[in-house]
Amino acid sequence: MTEEIIIAGFGGQGVLSMGKILAYSGIMQDQEVSWMPSYGPEMRGGTANVTVILSDERISSPILRAYDTAIILNQQSMDKFEQTVKPGGTLLYDPNGISHHPTRKDINIYRVEAAKKASEMGSGKIFNMIVLGAYLDIKPLVKMENVVKGLKKSLPERHHKLIPLNEDAIHTGMKNVEIVQTL
Amino acid sequence: MGELRLMKGNEALAEAIIRAGADGYFGYPITPQSEVIEYLTAAKPHERTGMVVLQAESEVASINMLYGGGATGKKVVTSSSSPGISLMQEGLSYIAGAEIPIVIANVVRGGPGLGDIQPAQSDYFQSTKGGGHGDYRLIVLAPSSVQEMSDFVPEAFDLAFKYRMPVMILSDGAIGQMMEKVELFEPIPRLTDEEVKAKYPWATNGKPKGGERRIITSLDLDPYKLEEHNHHLQEKYRIIEQNEIRFEEIMCDDADYILVAYGSSARISQKAIQLLREKGIKVGLLRLITLWPFPYAKIQDMVSKGKKGFLAVEMSAGQMVEDVRLAVEGKVKVAHYGRIGGVIHSPEEVAEALEQKIIGE
Repeated sequence: MTEEIIIAGFGGQGVLSMGKILAYSGIMQDQEVSWMPSYGPEMRGGTANVTVILSDERISSPILRAYDTAIILNQQSMDKFEQTVKPGGTLLYDPNGISHHPTRKDINIYRVEAAKKASEMGSGKIFNMIVLGAYLDIKPLVKMENVVKGLKKSLPERHHKLIPLNEDAIHTGMKNVEIVQTL
Repeated sequence: MGELRLMKGNEALAEAIIRAGADGYFGYPITPQSEVIEYLTAAKPHERTGMVVLQAESEVASINMLYGGGATGKKVVTSSSSPGISLMQEGLSYIAGAEIPIVIANVVRGGPGLGDIQPAQSDYFQSTKGGGHGDYRLIVLAPSSVQEMSDFVPEAFDLAFKYRMPVMILSDGAIGQMMEKVELFEPIPRLTDEEVKAKYPWATNGKPKGGERRIITSLDLDPYKLEEHNHHLQEKYRIIEQNEIRFEEIMCDDADYILVAYGSSARISQKAIQLLREKGIKVGLLRLITLWPFPYAKIQDMVSKGKKGFLAVEMSAGQMVEDVRLAVEGKVKVAHYGRIGGVIHSPEEVAEALEQKIIGE
């Protein structure tokens, strides 16, 4: 199994840390992982994206042009990455702030109202964990227990009290996936 | 099994510096490798091993601190990125001439000049052909994973002390910034002053009672003596060319065509091989681990075994390809492919380049 994922949105949405938690979760179940961020001036207030690969085999290129799954969290990223999903692949997005919805007919498309749910839960900071939950519902590639272990590894000790809130957010994401189209 | 962590290449390099038993890191921050000094500062190695971490006032100061530290037999290391490494070239030439063991890591970014902060591999000439003046070489190790960013640090120190010369770890912004799983090696204790004295009789750490004065210098105004010194350096380099070439062959046995690459381009090329093999084109990868010494004989051997063409893949305008051409001697087709200025090529682009430049023409 190899899953090649792009996660893209605004800087500050937790795109990079979501990717890191996913990668750590993969390590917890003995997978090979890579996490390749876009870095540089474009990250300051602009768009941020990260390529995460989970695999049972040695990972070849950490840099890709086509993905099994695109997780898209703003319009710029939709414009840039909708076309990079492999035919038969998966696109997950938050419709908040999206004016041009995806139009591809050859991929699976899902939505999650993560920004809305995060504000209902009273914390914008768990937005990315709601998105992660939605992704894990669509593609249960890593076990929940390993995600919790991944969270523990990625978060500094002083933030470990927030792990239950993050778990709640993941479960919220899992329960709120809307199917737009499946092949 | 050692401890497993998810780390950036730069962080793995920094942790490995502490674990390798280094005595001192001297450096000046520059993107895309500032995490090295950031990590080293936060990790408080002076509490763990007694190692010194110093942010010098400039790259010129850093490399000369290595000259001094290395001359006393201490394990010293610096890291920088392309423009900073250019500033260090005078010091590197002196260190090579004076035969001082040091380790230097270059996390390459786009050039020339200040360039940009994105990944590039355009410092190959500077690293392998001598960026400073005079007839000297560096052993150049090219990690292509975060694991190798860690593993190559103790390896680089071993080679530096074995041959008394500077060893460079030539990485790039992609390997420095990406995170992968790393198995950390068990810490190697720092040598005590007594151990250094016993192990390195050349080190300038004080005149031993009744012994000779020790002098380390790159200066000799007598040309005949300097010629002799140069012959000595060249003999050393010939020994290294015999003994220290390292590479990895990936799917080369049945391959008709060979991609030659190192660092992040080697990773991208591995994916390109998958894409090409899905189309029935038999391609392999010769992944360079040492850039100097370069595996000329290995490539000559591949030519004699019937390989039909070589594509050198490097994020440069075509530097490493010159060494591939020297090895192939015009017997089969050789071409270069690479995006430049900090743009990273995709596996698809590499696959297309092989079809167009090597198979197609």
